[in-house]
Amino acid sequence: MSASTEHHHHHHHHEDDGIEAVAPDWKDGKRYAWLLGLVVPMIPFIAYGFAEASGLGVFWWFGPAFIFAVMPLLDQLGGNDTSNPPEAVIKWLEADRYYRWCTYLFIPIQYAAIVFSAWMWSRGTLSTVESIGLAVSLGCTNGIAIANAHELGHKREAAEKWLARIALAPSLYGHFMIEHNRGHHVRVSTPEDPASSRMGESFYRFLPRTVSGSLKSAWHLEASRLRRAGNSPYTLKNDILNAWAMSVVLWGALLVVFGIGILPYLLIQGVLAFSLLEVVNYIEHYGLLRQKMDDGRYVRCAPEHSWNANLVASNVFLYHLQRHSDHHAHPLRRYQVLRHFDDAPNLPTGYAGMIVLAVVPPLYFALMNKRVVAHYGGDVTKANLQPSARDRYIRRYGNGGPSSTLPTAA
Amino acid sequence: MAKYECPECGRIYDEAEGDAREGFAPGTPIADFPADWTCPDCGVRDAVDYVKVEGSEAG
Repeated sequence: MSASTEHHHHHHHHEDDGIEAVAPDWKDGKRYAWLLGLVVPMIPFIAYGFAEASGLGVFWWFGPAFIFAVMPLLDQLGGNDTSNPPEAVIKWLEADRYYRWCTYLFIPIQYAAIVFSAWMWSRGTLSTVESIGLAVSLGCTNGIAIANAHELGHKREAAEKWLARIALAPSLYGHFMIEHNRGHHVRVSTPEDPASSRMGESFYRFLPRTVSGSLKSAWHLEASRLRRAGNSPYTLKNDILNAWAMSVVLWGALLVVFGIGILPYLLIQGVLAFSLLEVVNYIEHYGLLRQKMDDGRYVRCAPEHSWNANLVASNVFLYHLQRHSDHHAHPLRRYQVLRHFDDAPNLPTGYAGMIVLAVVPPLYFALMNKRVVAHYGGDVTKANLQPSARDRYIRRYGNGGPSSTLPTAA
Repeated sequence: MAKYECPECGRIYDEAEGDAREGFAPGTPIADFPADWTCPDCGVRDAVDYVKVEGSEAG
């Protein structure tokens, strides 16, 4: 896998030449690598292939092995991915529909994997442990599908917003699109955002807070929008209810066709899928805090308010989600044009490796708290702190003292 | 009545047309938007950040 995008420098930058930026003599080194994202919805089929070929039932657990072992390993082998497309090609690259099709194609494969899994559970040929393994593997597929839905849900095109809802239906997380775009992005890296984790908050404390807080906030946002127009929130115009209706139809159809016996496995994959999304939320803004301006508003979200990673393998499997600073500064940008910033907060490893660390809180705190403190030039009071840990952290790290300086805004 | 544009994502609000999806009737001035209203497309900018489109004033 090529870690670098090759560029032959343009000596004339004509940024203002208009939308018809000419296809340049620059080549996107990751262009065909984006197709690797389609491996994710194939996880249950790959599990089946390995299990059949080897006769070993343990391969039904291929999904977690892929995320927790294969992806971190590929990250080690694939190396860094810090190159950005030159400014002059951005408009051209954004308009290239090939990249959209890479994300659209994910969804029919995802649905084939769901039907295949339901069929396998209903056949009775798998042991209970193997069925649970398949549920966990499918949960990995449907969890990373939320990254795909995330890419599509940010776009203005109605068709892409519908595709996002379809990708979210298996994990019952249709409200994510509302809360993410109009809640999380607005309040990111503030104590008011349920999906921004606080320094000293373990993943296990964060998970119930973000799941319930995001749900409440999504409902509040959508109900306010509908009430402004004089509508009741209890209508299919409500984008949360119409997204959930898709889940009801999907789950209902699977239960009717394959029997009520698959329900426990459907539940396992669904809970796992949204937990996977939430553990990624957990690492994306850990401890980072936007300061308030004189008018009481928070400063606009800037690159310094998100954690990034630059490893090519996890970049490709997550549609550049790890170039998170550019995403939050410019949420409508398509994944293929998101940029790496050297001076934005950078994680010690890729998101896949960070997930492994996040489920072991003492390890995560040991690795990340010093990075948060360093980001704020030693002044821990500038971080988004878990209230119950606040006094302890101020005693331990101090507020930077008189000689400390804030890092210049990234 | 004028048009306003989001400085981040270019979304346009035309006061004359209003915004049915957002629940703003035709003729609603952007100044009357709720204080917590944020750009529905990017979520990065608030109503007060929207910039008047030059020459868009009418009626």
